Amino acid sequence: MLKKWVPLFGAAAVCAAVAMPQAAKAEQLTLCWAAWDPANALVELSKDFTAKTGTTMKFEFVPWTSYADRFLNELNSKGKLCDLIIGDSQWIGGAAENGHYVKLNDFFAKEGIKMDDFVPATVVGYSEWPKNTPNYWALPAMGDVVGWTYRKDWFERPELQKEFKAKYGWDLAAPKTYDQLKQIGEFFQKRQIDGKTVYGASIYTERGSEGITMGVTNVLYDWGFMYDNPKKPYEMEGYVNSPDAVKGLEFYKALYDCCTPPGASNVYMVESADAFKSGQVAMQMNFAFTWPGLYKDEKVGGKRIGFFPNPKEKYHFAQLGGQGISVVSYSDKRDTALQYIKWFAQPDVQAKWWKLGGFSCLKAVVDAPDFKTSQPYAPAFLESMAIVKDFWAEPSYAELLQAMQKRVHDYVIANKGTAKEALDELVVDWTEIFKDDGKI
Amino acid sequence: MNSSHQTFAEKASRLATEAAVRATPEPLAKRVRGFSDRAIAWLFIAPTIALLLAINIFPLFWAIYLSFTNYRANRPNAEVRNIGLSNYSRILNDPDIWASMQTTAHFVFWTILLQTVIGFGLAYLIDRKFRGHAFWTTLILIPMMLSPAVVGNFWRFLYEPQIGLFAYAVSFLTGIPTSDIQMLGSVQLAPWAIVIVDTWMWTPYVMLICLAGLRSIPDYIYEAAEVDRASPWRQFWSITVPMALPFIMLAVLFRGIENFKMFDMVNLLTGGGPGSTTEVASIALKRDAFEAWATGRSSAFAIVLFVAVFGLANIYVKALNRVKQR
Repeated sequence: MLKKWVPLFGAAAVCAAVAMPQAAKAEQLTLCWAAWDPANALVELSKDFTAKTGTTMKFEFVPWTSYADRFLNELNSKGKLCDLIIGDSQWIGGAAENGHYVKLNDFFAKEGIKMDDFVPATVVGYSEWPKNTPNYWALPAMGDVVGWTYRKDWFERPELQKEFKAKYGWDLAAPKTYDQLKQIGEFFQKRQIDGKTVYGASIYTERGSEGITMGVTNVLYDWGFMYDNPKKPYEMEGYVNSPDAVKGLEFYKALYDCCTPPGASNVYMVESADAFKSGQVAMQMNFAFTWPGLYKDEKVGGKRIGFFPNPKEKYHFAQLGGQGISVVSYSDKRDTALQYIKWFAQPDVQAKWWKLGGFSCLKAVVDAPDFKTSQPYAPAFLESMAIVKDFWAEPSYAELLQAMQKRVHDYVIANKGTAKEALDELVVDWTEIFKDDGKI
Repeated sequence: MNSSHQTFAEKASRLATEAAVRATPEPLAKRVRGFSDRAIAWLFIAPTIALLLAINIFPLFWAIYLSFTNYRANRPNAEVRNIGLSNYSRILNDPDIWASMQTTAHFVFWTILLQTVIGFGLAYLIDRKFRGHAFWTTLILIPMMLSPAVVGNFWRFLYEPQIGLFAYAVSFLTGIPTSDIQMLGSVQLAPWAIVIVDTWMWTPYVMLICLAGLRSIPDYIYEAAEVDRASPWRQFWSITVPMALPFIMLAVLFRGIENFKMFDMVNLLTGGGPGSTTEVASIALKRDAFEAWATGRSSAFAIVLFVAVFGLANIYVKALNRVKQR
């Protein structure tokens, strides 16, 4: 009887012996990011990496509202939870200066990864610190920008078009200027459509994290708001609070007062998308990452939705979103993590990334002849990515952001003071922060 | 005979002593070799003391130390310098900090006032025996059994101007359009929106403590008062209120301390907004510590808050003791 089992045991032992070294080799990488639609696309995409290398991927996704708190805490405490992190663009300064991210220059040179192959704005925004210098701390991973969606089906209704033309003297269509945007907002505000009261536009007003700052800067840039004197860094007087910037902030408040749904005093990405999806608003300000999901939506997607980049005023800009992917310097698996970045940078992987719902920053993907027609939102995305501008990416960005959140929320939502006072106080706050940093 | 009798008595006594010794438990120290009773006692309480030192006392002293430095948790490599009292001076001269303290005071005052009045009123009603008494008591207690996170979330929906039941009810009663009832978005209404939710949730707690106070008043005092023909009104002010007062004061103390550090509900309902209208001290502290990463300055703020609550609570406890001694 025993004799019968001996060969079986022997075979099992041989199999185990062969499999053991493989098992010991197989590694697991943890990738940290925000919990949102593109993260699901990345999970899908990463299956190819696992199939190719045998390295399994674990994902740590945190909702946007606690994303910065959670992962900045993790980095500051030199935690080993994340091997790879897709950190927000504004973290780059702090992460580079505090040694949280591995510098990638040597790795890029060795592997032949060229930053010239990526959209320039994303390289500056997501990878470089100090800005506009060839010091790379991340690979551009997820291009994103604030833009607008609108209810194409409502805009195309003949009776509404006729009424609009009679009232404003131009054809109801995606707005090219902020005046037009406001007029459309006013036109739809509290209008009855299909027996339901609808509103003009949903814009960012959130107080807790970065919402209202992203919305306000997105509009202020177009009026002429600048962070500092281009010739004298950190000189903010007359730039942050310039007369044009004041006008821009007044416009944002006017837009909030005239054209948003009731109770929209704490709106960011999710709430704005919800307002659009529930058929509450005619237009919606939101990051481009929401567009694929909205396009697929049964009630408002497909032919019912249209996309347009930020309208133009004196200038033409849009608030940059998106992130680069970095290797955490406290990880014990840095080499494997670098292999993931090498794999992710490949053109075919980037092309699949775009197909799955991620926003590739690789020129080979976005400059491809069929890119503009690949998705209905691709033209708006491309046009927006060409005009991006970002918030401070200084190591003290969190404090700078918090000051702006307070000042603009106080003015726009809580009716406290004037636009000029809000921006003057912001200059005082930011000056104090930079003085503490020893930069002034 | 006498001698043998004595011998027997001695023998009996010796046997009894030995039996008693055998029956008496050996000191623990003898069983645990090398340890005295005192040492064993220390051994038992040592883990608790170590835990308290690690999670309560050490962080307190560490925070005090940090409050005198320029330390920022997001700059682990930056030099940590002692900057004396400058964090305290900045905190005490910051108008935004004082504004958040005022917001906290407004919140604490109104919630305590409403909860005490309504809680005592409910306790007074519940104290009487009536049909369904137990059912109503349980029903009233439900809000305090819920998690503040749950309460914050569902009240946010209730306050929603377009779909919220609260807005609908107010609109139904007053005729004001629901879209104009922006409880969380209005500068005037948002602080009251939070007061309403906190009162809804914690009044049962005050009621419970007041009920304990009312039940502790002996019946014979009321019987004596009735014999003296004291009116129910007189009985209420001369017996009920004074005798329940220590309990009411205790409830006020508990709620005062809790509401002084209120965070979760405010964070969920308004996040401190609109603007900074509902930015209570704990929200301001969280922003300074974990969003602006001004660790040294926020430690100073935390110490100032700690001293304020500790000082006020101490004064209050002394007053409470005086009332109890009367």
